[in-house]
Amino acid sequence: MTLNPQLNQDGALKHLLTIDGLPRAILTHILDTAEGFIAVSEQEVKKVPLLRGKAIFNLFFEPSTRTRTTFEIAAKRLSADVINLNINASSQSKGETLLDTVDNLAAMQADMFVVRHAQSGAAHMIARHVAPHIHVVNAGDGRHAHPTQGLLDMFTIRKYKGEFHNLRVAIVGDVLHSRVARSQIHALTTLGVPEVRVIAPKTLLPTGVEQLGVHVYHEMAKGLKDVDVVIMLRLQNERMRGALLPSAQEYFKYYGLTPDKLTLARPDAIVMHPGPMNRGVEIDSAVADGKQSVILPQVTYGIAVRMAVMSILAGN
Amino acid sequence: MKIHIKNGRLIDPKHGLDTHADLYIAAGKIAAIGSAPRDFHANRVIDASHCIVCPGLVDLAARLREPGFEYKATLESEMDAACAGGITSLACPPDTDPPLDEPGLVEMLKFRAQNLNQARVYPIGALTQKLEGARLTEMAELRDAGCVGFSQADAPITDTQVLVRALEYAATFGFTVWLRPQDAYLAKGGVAHDGFVATRLGLPAIPTSAETVALATILLLARETGARVHLCRLSAAESLAMVRTAKAEGLNVSCDVGINHVHLSEMDIGYFDTNHHLVPPLRGLRDRDAIRAALADGTVDALCSDHTPVDEDGKQMPFGESEPGATGLELLLPLTLKWARENGIPLSQALARITHQPAHILGLDAGHLAIGHAADICVFDPEATWIVASSILKSQGKNTPFLGYEMQGRVHATLVEGHVVFEGEENGQRRR
Repeated sequence: MTLNPQLNQDGALKHLLTIDGLPRAILTHILDTAEGFIAVSEQEVKKVPLLRGKAIFNLFFEPSTRTRTTFEIAAKRLSADVINLNINASSQSKGETLLDTVDNLAAMQADMFVVRHAQSGAAHMIARHVAPHIHVVNAGDGRHAHPTQGLLDMFTIRKYKGEFHNLRVAIVGDVLHSRVARSQIHALTTLGVPEVRVIAPKTLLPTGVEQLGVHVYHEMAKGLKDVDVVIMLRLQNERMRGALLPSAQEYFKYYGLTPDKLTLARPDAIVMHPGPMNRGVEIDSAVADGKQSVILPQVTYGIAVRMAVMSILAGN
Repeated sequence: MKIHIKNGRLIDPKHGLDTHADLYIAAGKIAAIGSAPRDFHANRVIDASHCIVCPGLVDLAARLREPGFEYKATLESEMDAACAGGITSLACPPDTDPPLDEPGLVEMLKFRAQNLNQARVYPIGALTQKLEGARLTEMAELRDAGCVGFSQADAPITDTQVLVRALEYAATFGFTVWLRPQDAYLAKGGVAHDGFVATRLGLPAIPTSAETVALATILLLARETGARVHLCRLSAAESLAMVRTAKAEGLNVSCDVGINHVHLSEMDIGYFDTNHHLVPPLRGLRDRDAIRAALADGTVDALCSDHTPVDEDGKQMPFGESEPGATGLELLLPLTLKWARENGIPLSQALARITHQPAHILGLDAGHLAIGHAADICVFDPEATWIVASSILKSQGKNTPFLGYEMQGRVHATLVEGHVVFEGEENGQRRR
């Protein structure tokens, strides 16, 4: 149980479940590999035959458009056969257990599962359960991890900033409920970013978040000062119902990213968002569409990063 | 039936007895200690060489799952497990389906248990009807049916006025109210301790304050109503400090902790291991160490198995959806011994926490060895080792954080009322 469940006996990546605990060399290898796939996406024929004949199942127990689509495109560009399953509507409502569903799909000769689930740890459980030749990619589990998002964010940062060792990065918003934030924090600290900040009201920060290696700020004015990268997190409307926040308006006033607040950051700072955005809640349209925004390139890079992850797993 | 238990080391914590002596049993009672009574001809001799002979263990919390959850465990399987664990008396919480809130249900459970002729079963009645925390049960009737205390198990009483009235009513009759302190709102949705591990794994958390806020309320109301309260499964260092203070002030409270919490912390959850999904949640290392210290200094009166058999499907789920609980009847003794060994606690003091002290909380004259008293006995080899494996556990629940661990201390024989209800096979390894 203490062995890292993501690595095989040779220390190579077998599953991608979380960034937590992965060595820097593996992260860098994924980013370098993704670099090569950018070119593929720009060719006229956007395909390489790396995963020809492989069956990849997108198992989405939670609704998603963007993540599922980019995984699908990535798999198809690698020439794999892709099967999309949105499961919350079918078997789960008939009482079939998660592992029964997985067993049934594995019996259809799956080579890889891309899993999204509302419960933290679901991907770990599936990875523990499946036959040794099957690879599992976590596409988001509860509040725990969204490693490919974390990696594509690192890819984006490296594209625009070149290096990690001289950066200040601020993550703003609902860290408590965010699997994206957790994956970003692990990726940033592993890649050697010297200063990672989180900015949020106390109700949206988990206990002991400093122990993940971040500096905690409650005010944008202080937290954004001189940062090189601003990562905004999505704020879900339901947070207003749980007494975590009084209103979207107040949240926007104090924690929404406006052009004004962005001037506190370094002039060449980039603005990122994992999407989908709530304009006027966590981010002003003028910023989202502004020249410092790299939100759309993030999506493009996401395909290359997912191609890299899937090809590396299939090769190990 | 006359039984002679020979060559053993007799330990009776209540009477401060720790000596090499033989035990003689006749007509279900202890007939003599040391030398045989006149004209004693044993029908059976149990050789207790290398073994400790102590009072049968008393467990304050064992879910037998009947009625209602027979797919998780049955009375037969769990009573077997209790006897294999050296337990001769056990209290079962009322969270069955339906809950133990009517005399008929309690009588049926007692009747079923008595017919098995194994360990003695003492039901804890529901404090409120259907455990809903709204209307009181017929406590006096339930007592007459066999209940030895009243509890909400893990169901909350959110309405504090109901809690006050339940305490007042119970105090009227001198009943003990068993409460596991937990504020329902502060614990809402949580599945793990609100600490670094839950933060890292993204698990919804239960803060320590969920326990301490409720505990403060209970302690204040116990003082006000004069009710006798037994606090169940305390998990946080702050809680133990509060109980220590309350006891020093003379408040009539007692408390227990579960065996898993004596040895484990949030760190043991590892990569979402659902066998570590427990109620209350495993807390920090500091809390675990405080529990061990409070057990040693007597703040904690009893150690219990908190036996909660869960079927395989209930654990084969993502952590947050999995069913909490662990099987424990067969681990109570070895895990108590492990604590004693690791903390340098004298054997007699350790055994007190699982014999006469829990018996006292139950209001039973049990958990000790005295001539003329019922011969409820546990004979165990303190050096024998064994590996916890699902094939070895008699309980229908195979779920425990200790699967694969080596345990030291193995039950050799268990007697209830002078009947041998369990005899160990000679497959344990003795440690030199």
